[in-house]
Amino acid sequence: MQLSYRRAFSTILKRDLVIAFRHRDDILNPILFFIIVVSLFPLGVGPAANTLMKIAPGVIWVAALLSTLLSLERLFKHDYNDGSLEQLLLMPCPTFVLVLAKITAHWLITGLPLIIIAPFLGVLLNLNQDSYVALMLSLLLGTPVLSLLGAIGVALTVGLKKGGVLLSLLVLPLYIPVLIFATGAIDAASMNLPYNGHLAIIAALFFGSLTLAPFAVGSALKVSTN
Amino acid sequence: MWKWLHPYANPEVSYHFTGKLIPWFAVISAILLTVGLGMGLLFSPADYQQGESVRLFYLHVPAAMLSMGLYLGMAIAGLTALVWQMKLAESSIAALAPVGATFTAIALLTGAAWGKPMWGAWWVWDARLTSELILLFLYFGVMALQNAFEDKALAGKAASILALVGVINLPIIHYSVEWWNTLHQGATVSKFEKPSMSIDMLRPFLISLFGFAFLAGTLVCMRFRADIIERNSMRPWVKALAKEHN
Amino acid sequence: MAFDSFSEFLNMGGYGFYVWLSYGFTALLLVLLTLNSKGKDKRIFKQINKRLKREEKLKQVAKRNAKQDT
Repeated sequence: MQLSYRRAFSTILKRDLVIAFRHRDDILNPILFFIIVVSLFPLGVGPAANTLMKIAPGVIWVAALLSTLLSLERLFKHDYNDGSLEQLLLMPCPTFVLVLAKITAHWLITGLPLIIIAPFLGVLLNLNQDSYVALMLSLLLGTPVLSLLGAIGVALTVGLKKGGVLLSLLVLPLYIPVLIFATGAIDAASMNLPYNGHLAIIAALFFGSLTLAPFAVGSALKVSTN
Repeated sequence: MWKWLHPYANPEVSYHFTGKLIPWFAVISAILLTVGLGMGLLFSPADYQQGESVRLFYLHVPAAMLSMGLYLGMAIAGLTALVWQMKLAESSIAALAPVGATFTAIALLTGAAWGKPMWGAWWVWDARLTSELILLFLYFGVMALQNAFEDKALAGKAASILALVGVINLPIIHYSVEWWNTLHQGATVSKFEKPSMSIDMLRPFLISLFGFAFLAGTLVCMRFRADIIERNSMRPWVKALAKEHN
Repeated sequence: MAFDSFSEFLNMGGYGFYVWLSYGFTALLLVLLTLNSKGKDKRIFKQINKRLKREEKLKQVAKRNAKQDT
């Protein structure tokens, strides 16, 4: 029996979303973490408006990286533990459909809320007036890249007992280009400079990882489930 | 060529073959390093701007070049391991990673020690140094992933995938860091230019580069052999070898 | 020869500390790595021999038990 790609994709996407909404803490906790980390910075650096304005893009983006990292594990961990991941891999359709569906679900659950919350945190950090659109757009294009690249790391470490710390070691260096160009875009916007070049590069990173990452994730999952 | 290469896919054959290579590589690297670094330290001219500190060049640049080259080698080994299912390529990843990480660390330390007199600070977020630092993180990732698996065969496959992912990202990271660096160029940082190479500098540089490369080859061969016997510890030929070492 | 005397060579035109620090670090790291790499196969052979001895012992115990049973 051959499953049509679209049906396989939507079935897995729906399944993952339903499971996620039954465990609401899994969605809420990374977002709470995001908010708390960002609000710690003014306490550490001092409340001077100018300093905060300067560090705001970097702080928001680094916090976004870290909270994505926190939520990554649940991408495959539960399915691996109860054995359903192996069943999913046996489905009569290519692995990349399964992987793309799971990553899309992950992004909808963790990336999208970050984008919605980020402007409020921008207010807390006294972000420059002109930067809000750039912040939203860079998050919109950048967070899928984080989910895609992170999925490679999770797929490699899902079979390990202590994968958590290792995961951050593997994934964080790969996040550097996104961080650089995203904060670059926000900085450029704050100076009223055009920032579509930065966004174009993040978009290129997005499409590059969209085409390549599912294959890496697929082969890594095959190694992990063995 | 395949016929000629074929026997080396056998672990026992390549174990003995690399064993024969090691003393040659070690002697060649000892000679080249003595000559190259000796020429660099004693005979090469001082730079008109950087003075005698330019003698760090003969350590820093070969180490940096090797750190990148070894990572590329690791990725090629990863591709071989994944596409042709070659177990020996997995062994060579395990052998290359620690050696590459050491050369990266050397490039970083010598870069810092060169930066202090030139820039006035041990660490400056210069594009090349930052790229080296991230390269070190990537090496640590491969090594940590390899050590995390109990099963050596799984460890090899996982490390191959990670090495490939890393090598695709490396140029992207490198250029993004370079771009980031030009954007945030501080006023206090006087960027030091690559010393224009005279023939008096090029000669000791090339000799020490090859010396370090042969040293890396020696070390990789040693670790490669150790990894082969660890993977094949149940095989009769390894057991026989182990009895000889008793 | 770029230097006139040995003390000048050590001084490196004022950069002696940094130059010799780097050469020292490099030598130290490479020596450590060499020692580690050189000892690695010996350590693994030792482990294999230990395992072989244990297996041998287990086999003998099994043989003895089999004899007692008959």
